[in-house]
Amino acid sequence: MGLIQLGRHDKDGAPDVVTTTIEKAVNWARKGSLWPMTFGLACCAIEMIAAVSSRYDMDRYGAGVFRASPRQSDLMIVAGTVCRRMAPVIRKIYDQMPEPKYVIAMGSCATSGNIYDSYSVVQGVDRFVPVDIYVPGCPPTPEALFDGILKLQERIMQKRVFVKQPEQVKAGLKA
Amino acid sequence: MSLQQLSERLREHFTAGIVQAVEWRGDLAITVTRDTLHEVAQFLRDDPAMDFDYIVHVSSVDWPDDEERFEVVYEFYSIKKRHRIRLKTRVPESDCIVDSLTDLWKGADFMEREVYDMMGIRFRRHPDLRRILMPDDYTEGYPLRKDFPVRGKGWRDTFEFLDETR
Repeated sequence: MGLIQLGRHDKDGAPDVVTTTIEKAVNWARKGSLWPMTFGLACCAIEMIAAVSSRYDMDRYGAGVFRASPRQSDLMIVAGTVCRRMAPVIRKIYDQMPEPKYVIAMGSCATSGNIYDSYSVVQGVDRFVPVDIYVPGCPPTPEALFDGILKLQERIMQKRVFVKQPEQVKAGLKA
Repeated sequence: MSLQQLSERLREHFTAGIVQAVEWRGDLAITVTRDTLHEVAQFLRDDPAMDFDYIVHVSSVDWPDDEERFEVVYEFYSIKKRHRIRLKTRVPESDCIVDSLTDLWKGADFMEREVYDMMGIRFRRHPDLRRILMPDDYTEGYPLRKDFPVRGKGWRDTFEFLDETR
């Protein structure tokens, strides 16, 4: 993936020298250890659980270590319908997660509210937390969730680590 | 005891209070006046032939065009006798309060709170009549009433917590 380049030893041609940038190495480590928050709101959570099972094995992408605490998590998968009364809880969990943190809106409800155009349902989590990846589906299959995770990993590889992020990125929602 | 016998036995005891008794597709529904509701419920629980020891559900219906706009619906089941009954009563909007049945069945507590929360019908002598699904400080009214807008009145799009967390 252009992350590392192998050099060959002069004498026997065996792999010997590895060159990369620290930025790439850090990003590679981050994308390979996306620990998600254990957090499910509705039926999408069932697909998320299935994605961790041995049949689909989310651990292949380094994203299978579901943590019971937001303080140990990197990734929040908002799986399910977001009720307005749940919104402050989700926001609190998001705020408790250490940087760098990522959010996947899993399924139509978390993305847009889906058919639940009602007084109690938030029309998409992006109204109160910044979302990195939207996964469509009702509910999305585990494969669709993996697609989202792989897209997120691609995106993590493009992040700048030691350079200050542009202001509008940091400001997020309030920009 | 068949539904027919249940209905007859109730009619023997409460001649004036029973507005209507309908048996339809194996369900017996008794409509009573608001004032006799508690009395009838007590009879359903304590009478040995009735013996309704389990309250299944409390719900409510909004009939916006009717004079007595709201209908409170109770469902009871007898685990020992294996029969069930539905008890209904009507209340007008101007005075929507019904006697609570929490003194007879403890299980009525949360279900009556839900009716209060969603439809705005109050229950007399309820031990803890607060909202149960919506937050305590919710001020937009009662969401299940027919004149309540489906999308609400802006609450779902207001995130007051965003300011204090940033």
